[in-house]
Amino acid sequence: MRSILTALAASTIMSGAAFADGHALSGDLRIISDMSNPAPRAVMEGLAAQFGEMHPDLNIELEIVDRDGWKSQIRNALSSNPPDIVNWYAANRMTPYVNAGLFEDVSDVWEEIEGLDSVKGALTIDDKQWGVPYTYYNWGIYYREDIFNELGLEEPETFEQEIANCQAILDSGRKCYAIGTKFLWTAGGWFDYINMRTNGFDFHMELARGEVEWTDERVREAFANWRKLIDMGAFIDDHQNYSWQEALPFVVNGDATAYLIGNFAVAPMREAGLTDEQIDFYQFPTIADVPQGEDAPIDTFHIASGAQNKEAAREFLKFVTSAEVQTDINGGDKLGQLPVNAASSVDDDEFLNQGFEMLTTNATGGIAQFFDRDFPAEMAAAGMEGLQEFMVFPDNLEDILARLEQTRQRVYAE
Amino acid sequence: MTNAPAVPTTHAAQPDRRSWYKRNEIAITPWLFLLPGILFFAAYVVIPIFQSFQVSFYRWDGLGDLTEQGQFIGLGNYQELATDRNFEISLVNNIKWLLLYLLAIPLGLFIALFLNQTVTGIRLYKSLFFFPFVISQVVVGLVFSWFYLPSEGLLNAVIGLVGLGPVNILGDPDMATYGIIAAGLWPQTAYCMILYLTGLNAVDPEQIEAARLDGAKKWKMLWYIIIPQLKPATFIAFVVTIIGALRSFDLISIMTNGGPFGSTRVLSFYMYEKALAEFGFRMGYGAAIAVVLFVIMLFFIAYFLYSMWRDERGAR
Repeated sequence: MRSILTALAASTIMSGAAFADGHALSGDLRIISDMSNPAPRAVMEGLAAQFGEMHPDLNIELEIVDRDGWKSQIRNALSSNPPDIVNWYAANRMTPYVNAGLFEDVSDVWEEIEGLDSVKGALTIDDKQWGVPYTYYNWGIYYREDIFNELGLEEPETFEQEIANCQAILDSGRKCYAIGTKFLWTAGGWFDYINMRTNGFDFHMELARGEVEWTDERVREAFANWRKLIDMGAFIDDHQNYSWQEALPFVVNGDATAYLIGNFAVAPMREAGLTDEQIDFYQFPTIADVPQGEDAPIDTFHIASGAQNKEAAREFLKFVTSAEVQTDINGGDKLGQLPVNAASSVDDDEFLNQGFEMLTTNATGGIAQFFDRDFPAEMAAAGMEGLQEFMVFPDNLEDILARLEQTRQRVYAE
Repeated sequence: MTNAPAVPTTHAAQPDRRSWYKRNEIAITPWLFLLPGILFFAAYVVIPIFQSFQVSFYRWDGLGDLTEQGQFIGLGNYQELATDRNFEISLVNNIKWLLLYLLAIPLGLFIALFLNQTVTGIRLYKSLFFFPFVISQVVVGLVFSWFYLPSEGLLNAVIGLVGLGPVNILGDPDMATYGIIAAGLWPQTAYCMILYLTGLNAVDPEQIEAARLDGAKKWKMLWYIIIPQLKPATFIAFVVTIIGALRSFDLISIMTNGGPFGSTRVLSFYMYEKALAEFGFRMGYGAAIAVVLFVIMLFFIAYFLYSMWRDERGAR
């Protein structure tokens, strides 16, 4: 693995040389990255090494911090002794830091790079760009192909088929969906899809922007659709006790046949011993006749406004978004996700291909960033808690919606 | 000194020959020794308390300067607390913790009495009983969450033997808090036990002898002779247990992360969620919660200080 990395690094240096535009970069470049899982970590270390070789006078200090821990550390990191470059997420998750002036306006970098138009919107606040994407991934239903074959099931396209499939799965003594809601956000994925399919992408975004009441009849309709699955017993029991990783064994052992999750779940499934013949992927089925919206969260790099070496940092942003680097780091043996640059190529991987095709051809409704990135932080926190409660006690819906509506009125008024 | 006459009168200057410090040594030295402690205590405890009071009057997301980026809203945060159901749940949970955690004191006393005998290997038994206090709270939390696991957990295996259905303690909003408190009692009981074991060493054997001659036995002996002599140990056990109950953050974080749907939060955890965690951008609101927690603690602190002051005065 190491040797492949260095070989690839060497090959990219050739092409990457074009980016060192005349003047050499020097000084220190401090990067704090949240790419702490094994594969992303290797990618980040590889990126830093590559960039360092391109700019021999530049001293790169890379610090990799725990991905979940970073979510609460970023505030302090940006306020006191800020590094030059940090990892974060697109869309509304940037807003607090943009408003507080902690992220650098990098619109000038965007003018110099090409091929990122499709993701520009997610990095734009007030007509300016505040960071660059480096990867994104699709969501969808990952399922056990072998069990579907055993039961004679087809990939469903409509919600009725989905329910019929689920009934067959339940009759065979399995659960339809694995999910672990201990950390809440996984429930947000289900709501995103059910709501986008029931009421359409635009309505979902209106809800995210606080323009629709949570007690609206259309929201209730989405919950009613969700409830059909809950009442069937489609989800694994006691999911409130598990993290998303702890719920994976249900799929691996065949106790549950499908998992609505991001493409990042493929790697651990493969590691747990499932072959590509055993797992497959389908797009969340349609409910109402609305253009399909999809969740495809974007992960990003940003420059801190208090950075010391902004020149080098800007070069680094151009470097990571270039087509070659994008092709390389998103490959199946690295991040295994989708490149953000239109000129780069998607690795020939069953899931990447399907996901990429789905997002480019069949996501006409629009691309959402995910519940906790589209909704403002506080609304997201209260919302996901309500969603978890709904999944355990669907009868509490009225109470939950009233609470969320109360939160909405306060959050968006501020 | 600075106003000393140009020509000093030698005989009057006699006592002044010592330096200023030397003359005031007795008064100054204690303060010099206290100075580092006072400075750090002020910087890390006292001043932050007052800062929390200040922050609690603002709407502020923790980014940028408080007075510039923040918005002064007076008692707005406190008004919102009064109608916030999650706050109410956290407060009630805090009270549950305070009350039920006190069970550690009688439990600890009971085990201490039981272990306070001389049989072979008693040191080993004592260390085994003390063990849970030595291991980290995080480990305790993990062990108990596995113990409670709905499908594979030991608890369900055991109650399954007597025909009781599986329970999901940590997944049930009505039971989860009690489940966590039970986990917390395990190390806390060990702590109280060790306090009582040391206390029992100091019990005066002559008094026991005298009581025995007077016919005191069993409960009467315990209640009238032993326990009064254990009063200092009881006081310390009470203090550490109350403090332990109020800082019950780590177990909650490990075992349920405040869930299911916020039913196991206590005030400290709620404050963390609102002000510092992933989606926490409400420093002012968090500070208001902290102030409420501080008032609760102040009540106990005042009581502890008063007891100690009373004891010291009595000792003089």
